[in-house]
Amino acid sequence: MIHVLAFYLFAILVVSSGALTILSRNPVHSVLWLILAFFNAAGLMVLLGAEFIAMLLVIVYVGAVAVLFLFVVMMLDIDFAELRAGFVSYLPFGLLIALVLLAEIVLGIGLWSAGPIELAQRAAPTAPDVSNIKAIGTLLYTRYIFLFEAAGIVLLVAMIGAIVLTHRTRGGTKGQNIAKQNRRRPQDAVRNINQPMGQGVEL
Amino acid sequence: MIGLQHYMVVSAILFVMGVLGIFINRKNVIIILMAIELILLSVNINLVAFSAFLGDLVGQVFSMFVLTVAAGEAAIGLAILVIYFRGRGTIAVDDVNRMKG
Repeated sequence: MIHVLAFYLFAILVVSSGALTILSRNPVHSVLWLILAFFNAAGLMVLLGAEFIAMLLVIVYVGAVAVLFLFVVMMLDIDFAELRAGFVSYLPFGLLIALVLLAEIVLGIGLWSAGPIELAQRAAPTAPDVSNIKAIGTLLYTRYIFLFEAAGIVLLVAMIGAIVLTHRTRGGTKGQNIAKQNRRRPQDAVRNINQPMGQGVEL
Repeated sequence: MIGLQHYMVVSAILFVMGVLGIFINRKNVIIILMAIELILLSVNINLVAFSAFLGDLVGQVFSMFVLTVAAGEAAIGLAILVIYFRGRGTIAVDDVNRMKG
């Protein structure tokens, strides 16, 4: 009973906060609704028994991605009213596309029949007495170790790419080059001349 | 009792909502990126639900990789957005095709 109640609570909240994410006028509110959607999706995953993915959702999405969105929304000085101009004119077309897509998904699920599912063919059956996080860790560090490292490389490339894209060397600033200063000798920099009277200095 | 179908319905509604978000916020790239995050979240819910109901952990491992790609995509997308704004002073995507690159 409590399971059913929790499912409907999380499901209704995740769907409604998803709707408010794409509909709200202020992008800051959009980000906050997105955070609520992620929290409730994490709740759904806890109900499914996938605690590790749920915690990962909270840490990665709420802790990193949503805060990144919040930073960008607040950092850029954007006239959001102007960006919203075509909202009403795009709405019928968007709703049409969405309804067609929904009908296709419903048709696909309704007509789909997988036949008898052979449970013996499972790639990694869940053991009843092993906790979720331990089972995933065992799987990730043994059978899927190369995929795991590939995921790490994807994150590394994303990090380097973001830094390279946003880094800029500003012209016009003056920095100190200590090696250049130490290399400078008096004979290169100073010249003694015997300057005749009444004539200009030739440099 | 809550079955696999319930989770699939939630995931399908969330997916359609993400697609709708891309279409109705055509000028605002930030909201489009958030809609893409919603789509990836719905895919994750689907993967984890199937993984739980079939008793196979591979779905959860795959969902972790989807999460990795989503995080990288958000970082790169927002970086592109920041340099685009720096050069142009707006983030309207109508004239993105004028980018040289």
